[in-house]
Amino acid sequence: MSWFKRVKEGILTKTQDKKPTPDGLWYKCPECKTPTSTKEFETNLWVCPDCGHHGKIGSAEYFSILFDDGKFKELDADLISGDPLKFVDTKPYPDRVLASAKKSGLHDAVRTATGRINGLKVSMAVMDFSFIGGSMGSVVGEKIARAIDVALEQKLPMIIISKSGGARMMEAAFSLMQMAKTSAKLALLSKAKLPYISILTDPTTGGVTASFAMLGDINIAEPNALIGFAGPRVIKETIGKDLPEGFQRSEFLLEHGFVDMIVERKDMKDKLHEVLNIIGVHKRETPAPKTKPKAKTQKASTK
Amino acid sequence: MPVLLDFEKPLEELYEQLEKAQATHDKGKVDMSDTISQLEKKIQGVRKDLYKDLTGWQKVQISRHPDRPYTLDYIAGMCKSFVELHGDRNVKDDKAMVGGLASIDGQAVMIIGHQKGRNTKQRQYRNFGMANPEGYRKALRLMKMAEKFNLPVVTLIDTPGASPGLEAEERGQGEAIAKNLLEMAVLEVPIICIVIGEGASGGALGIGVGDRVAMLENTWYSVISPESCSSILWRSWDYKEKAADALKLTASDMHENGLVDLVIREPLGGAHNNPEAMYKSLKLEIKRMIKELSEMSTKRLIDQRIKKFSNMGAYADVEEEIAK
Ligand SMILES: [Zn+2]
Repeated sequence: MSWFKRVKEGILTKTQDKKPTPDGLWYKCPECKTPTSTKEFETNLWVCPDCGHHGKIGSAEYFSILFDDGKFKELDADLISGDPLKFVDTKPYPDRVLASAKKSGLHDAVRTATGRINGLKVSMAVMDFSFIGGSMGSVVGEKIARAIDVALEQKLPMIIISKSGGARMMEAAFSLMQMAKTSAKLALLSKAKLPYISILTDPTTGGVTASFAMLGDINIAEPNALIGFAGPRVIKETIGKDLPEGFQRSEFLLEHGFVDMIVERKDMKDKLHEVLNIIGVHKRETPAPKTKPKAKTQKASTK
Repeated sequence: MPVLLDFEKPLEELYEQLEKAQATHDKGKVDMSDTISQLEKKIQGVRKDLYKDLTGWQKVQISRHPDRPYTLDYIAGMCKSFVELHGDRNVKDDKAMVGGLASIDGQAVMIIGHQKGRNTKQRQYRNFGMANPEGYRKALRLMKMAEKFNLPVVTLIDTPGASPGLEAEERGQGEAIAKNLLEMAVLEVPIICIVIGEGASGGALGIGVGDRVAMLENTWYSVISPESCSSILWRSWDYKEKAADALKLTASDMHENGLVDLVIREPLGGAHNNPEAMYKSLKLEIKRMIKELSEMSTKRLIDQRIKKFSNMGAYADVEEEIAK
């Protein structure tokens, strides 16, 4: 069977397997260790009701939290990675992609869509940490670049939610060049005077930090997210000392001037709307879009 | 004797003989010039053999050779005049990133590059060629100045990576690099980037978005060093050779994959074996590229630059692939 077929079937199986969250399951907060029923955890937007720790969530959850009625039009859903370098470490790269696709039910580490935030249409990209650590390979770069193209064509604000361990080593320099590609597209967006809001979530590191995640007109962090260029382990090894408390956390970045604000997940949607409403792109005169982006309409899974 | 890399070991004995012959000759009693020229010929021959089919790892070693020319050596070797400019106007002057106004055979340019040090003291002074945010911001300041005065920008890339540290993070290493990527994409003058040694990750790309990106023959450019790649993927430092192959980080591989525009030949034995020849051929290439790019309109220049980077990537549409 071709590799593409294998990826597709792997994902389908996973999607069919998806069952509603059963009752009586518990989530143990990694921060305060308090158990919460998974139902309550979900209702609380995957934030610990006890200590406010923001759990790691992916594109499906963010789409359902941020888009009106959880409705959106997904872009480029079928893009999957090639294996340009025939990369083999402990296993071949395609096997790694396939395993991750099967496990996560995702094609790669980002999903892109257009949808509405309290009525305002936006183009949005959300990274999925569950796919090879949210690493940035060609698919991540390409899908983000195309979502920015859609924002440019339709004169929409762009929102990117970052959550990434950094580069995808198995794509080596192809991965590196995605930093240049996405940043170049954001330069065009900026020239078109369209707003870009970057949301940095736990963790945002490496090449993602050194490209689109830090380039927002407005940078917003979720509370206590790890955000940095070099990973804490690398820095610790380099300086040979323990890192200070709170180093590279959202509050640290706010203090040093690299994010505009820290916003809790429950307030994110309204804050985005408030900002975009003041900037007022939707109030400008907009001609009808020239080309329709290739896209599929789908509804976020309802709980 | 020159510093020999491990794969150059077969040259050691020949160099010893050459040194002895030279010493005897210098004493003035015996004329050894025939022996000397024969030995020199032999060394060339053996070197030619050794350099015929270099592995990725061997090229990484050459790119780090202690005698290899660094940015300021290239500037001195290629530019009749050079006025170094300092500081990012905010925090400090980063010694790992140098730059300034220069003239290459009458062609005015802004030249910027990572700078390594040659001895222990210099290496520390230059932070091993690992720039801090100030370095990237200094580079951007100079690029914006070049734009203002309509000067082409030439960057020389030679870094084991952007500096990892407390201060680098406090002052926004990620933001500094990201900003350069964005600004370089739309800078309104030609940008030529040359990897002259090591091109490690975002630290290299931070001055690497250009209309022409070239690599010298024995350099490497990738998302991570082979050693770090080995330690992450194989959980050991022992697979650096394997990692170097897997990463396809050599100039020829990068060119084959369409990630750099051209490969510039080095003298036999690497740039350090004949620096003057290297400066001369690099200078010719730079002049040729500036001429080529200067003929383009600003709009076309920027369009092509963005298009080139936009086309980099390996992916496919599953549905289309299955339909095939
Ligand atoms: Zn908790």
